[in-house]
Amino acid sequence: MFGYILRRVAYAIPIALGVSIIVFSLVHLSPGDPINAVIAADAPAEVAQRLKEAYGFDKPLPVQYGKWLLRAITGDLGVSIATGRAVAGEITSAAANTIMLAFFAGMLGFSIGAVLGGIAGYNQGSWIDKVATTMAITGVSVPHYWLGLVLVIVFAVELNMLPAMGMGPGGSRDWAWDVAHMRHLVLPMVTLSVIPMGIVTRTIRATVAEVLSNEFVQALRAKGLLERQVLGHIVKNAGPTCLAVMGLQFGYLLGGSILVETVFSWPGTGFLLNDAIFRRDIPVLQGVILILAMFFVLLNLMVDIAQTAIDPRMRRA
Amino acid sequence: MNAMATGPAPLLAVTDLRKYFPITGGVLQRRVATVQAVDDISFTVGRGETLGIVGESGCGKSTTARLLVQLLKPDSGSIVFDGMLVGENGDISTRDLRRNVQMVFQDSYSSLNPRLPIEDTIAFGPSVHGVPVAQAKQRARDILAKVGLDPNQFIRRYPHELSGGQRQRINIARALALEPRLVVLDEPVSALDKSVEAQVLNLLVDLKSDLDLTYVFISHDLNVVQYLSDRVLVMYLGKAVEIGPVEAIYGRPQHPYTRALLSAMPSMDPDRRLEQAPITGDPPNPINPPSGCRFRTRCPHAEDVCARIEPRLAGAPEDGAHRIACHMLIAGSGHSAAPAQGA
Amino acid sequence: MSNRVEVRPAPAMATGVDTAQVAALSRGYWSTVAGRLGTDYVTIACGLVLIAIVSAAIFADLIAPADPYKTSIVRRLKPIGFANHPLGTDELGRDMLTRLIYGGRLSLFMGVLPVVNALIVGGILGMIAGFLGGRVNMAIMRVMDVFYAFPSVLLAIAISGALGAGVTNAIVSLTVVFIPPITRVTESVTTQVRNLDYVEAARASGAGTQTILRVHVLSNVLGPIFIYSTSLISVSIILASGLSFLGLGTEPPEPEWGLMLNTLRQSIYINPWVAALPGAVIFATSLCFNLLSDGLRTAMDVRL
Repeated sequence: MFGYILRRVAYAIPIALGVSIIVFSLVHLSPGDPINAVIAADAPAEVAQRLKEAYGFDKPLPVQYGKWLLRAITGDLGVSIATGRAVAGEITSAAANTIMLAFFAGMLGFSIGAVLGGIAGYNQGSWIDKVATTMAITGVSVPHYWLGLVLVIVFAVELNMLPAMGMGPGGSRDWAWDVAHMRHLVLPMVTLSVIPMGIVTRTIRATVAEVLSNEFVQALRAKGLLERQVLGHIVKNAGPTCLAVMGLQFGYLLGGSILVETVFSWPGTGFLLNDAIFRRDIPVLQGVILILAMFFVLLNLMVDIAQTAIDPRMRRA
Repeated sequence: MNAMATGPAPLLAVTDLRKYFPITGGVLQRRVATVQAVDDISFTVGRGETLGIVGESGCGKSTTARLLVQLLKPDSGSIVFDGMLVGENGDISTRDLRRNVQMVFQDSYSSLNPRLPIEDTIAFGPSVHGVPVAQAKQRARDILAKVGLDPNQFIRRYPHELSGGQRQRINIARALALEPRLVVLDEPVSALDKSVEAQVLNLLVDLKSDLDLTYVFISHDLNVVQYLSDRVLVMYLGKAVEIGPVEAIYGRPQHPYTRALLSAMPSMDPDRRLEQAPITGDPPNPINPPSGCRFRTRCPHAEDVCARIEPRLAGAPEDGAHRIACHMLIAGSGHSAAPAQGA
Repeated sequence: MSNRVEVRPAPAMATGVDTAQVAALSRGYWSTVAGRLGTDYVTIACGLVLIAIVSAAIFADLIAPADPYKTSIVRRLKPIGFANHPLGTDELGRDMLTRLIYGGRLSLFMGVLPVVNALIVGGILGMIAGFLGGRVNMAIMRVMDVFYAFPSVLLAIAISGALGAGVTNAIVSLTVVFIPPITRVTESVTTQVRNLDYVEAARASGAGTQTILRVHVLSNVLGPIFIYSTSLISVSIILASGLSFLGLGTEPPEPEWGLMLNTLRQSIYINPWVAALPGAVIFATSLCFNLLSDGLRTAMDVRL
């Protein structure tokens, strides 16, 4: 097992390096002189010159990449054009808010999806199966930024039951465990949970159906096991696949939250990113993407290892 | 070179054919082990003859078949077809060879393209070799009739609409469409029901005499091999252990492995039962085959010499065409059962 | 992951030759597919809705009741059912129905084109990787793994954000997003097909690589990746409109569903349900593409 973990980590390193290369190249994708992408347009010429040298923009690309990577590893992600503050600092607080939102949305979506998918897979072809599959396909087809808007219209505008925007009263940027903050959490959480709900429902339905179609389930029943005990075996066999899907979906939630955060003005990475796009603040854009992508790589790695720990058949490479 | 040299030139002569497969591992795909799938095998197939190749699964039968039709390149050794050396520097191009040597695969389902109607599948080979489309299609109809399927009914059908026996007939038709002289049959009936198997075997016999074919027939089923073959080659872990006329192999098997195989074969004839105990266990791993004689780990007669020296094929005392690779039959080999030197 | 268990049909008959009945039942592959689709009413309905949306967009000049760019200060943000404006007006007094009809042009274009591009690029890359195998496969698939390490929304926003706003940039970034998944699916299907005996048999017939790819591989690979791509169109339309929603795709005053949703967002307190309309159209389109893709997959699963 330890050797396997080592191999998986070794395999993740080139991926992480590849990701960093793509993120690095974002500066060069943006039109014009790269220096204009990382400093404010009205910055004095000597500041531009100093940064140009510090970033190595006069050097060949591999050298630039090396310098950038070294700085990024030590936590220096550059300076925001818009605010003049260090990018790393801005991201840390925003990332915490995003991860929290994604976590709650994930919990909601996974639990509904697991229950729906389990019931649907166990009772294939029944009306409840049809309801669950319809919900699932609706969940994956709905533009969640629009769903957020509709929820705001219904619950904030028409019914005036819940707040429409922000994370807490008065543009709070720090989470607190009080009723006001939780009321703010409801709508974005529900909005964001719809896609993982749909995908988890679909996957669990398919997995449970597949496990049920195996002969060993019939053998268990033939042995006289109670249906409850049979269910235990099904859960055990469907577990690893479900875990993998949930792990990946959690990663997608972090990316997907960008649009939802914009709708609800949730002070997370998505909101930060939206601001950065609006102001063409490339260092912030680059920093946010790098952090989220690295988090996703790490998550994939952990899912792989956890999956193998549960079920050795999953061992790859 | 040996006893074979006397008769008329064989249609196919294989000498010291070898194919090892590397097993790669790790990120860099380095070679970590080698499977000795086919190891220095030699045999000949005369014109109009059927050579049966038998052995347990994993002994290299299918690899041999794929080497013969050049789907795999041998690591060493030579294949001579009708006097012409086969291979990159040979006398006959791979393309020409393929018009003359065709193969029928074991899995009748996966060997037919599910998206092509039967007609296109059979006409594919001839059209690749430059036969005009209309003519290739006519040939497909003719051959379909030869393999016992009504062209009018089957020509536009798709593989998923056919039964296993029908599909295997299509596979045979596809191989014959190129009008080959040698057909390599790789377990052509082992996936079929017994009743269908008999029909297909009879079809193969009829086609052979009608079309003047030569067969290399590969199977793990001893009954089937006996029914169809003129001569038989017994393979064990990539090696030829015994080769000879079918009557000699089945009537007077010499190699302990052949004897064990035959004694495990159910027979209706009480006189043909052999007293040898059937072999037990699985064949050893072909990645690290035993030293010396590869059968020694399962052989009841194994002695020191079997571990040290690899036995070469040698003619049986009473019949030069029947050759066995066993120290018990090699004079002066050092095995206690071997005949005395110069005897 | 397929949610269907593949079932091999029982052989029509155990033995050989006289099979007149079966011959009568025998149909070509495409007629079987068409027959199945003919009884699948959900798929037919989705197809019809999509045809309606697409033809409305194409013939917008003929059927739209008003000029999509014509603003009116006095008739801003009128509700659904207002005189002459059945779906109301937007924040600049433009007719919503007209703009929704015209909006389909850019939204569908930006949603479908990236998938088509990615199908071409990813299909070729995947087939090369799958058919050649070995080191070529390693090189291509490892690069794809890197792109896979980004959640798709994030990758689209990253590239679009760096390139800047614009329809072309949005299409480029979405194409990059969809190449890796299509390459992966194509590679795995091609690898499967390549190892089937009928490809070996074709090689044994003396056919060259090109002929084998054309006759035997392509026809068996295209179906699955085509179906897979149609399922991506749904995602692509949501993402494309999402980019416009973030201000990264279309720029005002062009009518486009995502951008309309974005600009109308400011007026949800004045006229909420008009603001929700563009999103509803995106939803309907995406849902129909999803259901259509599911229906096609089921209908085309006749073999094996």
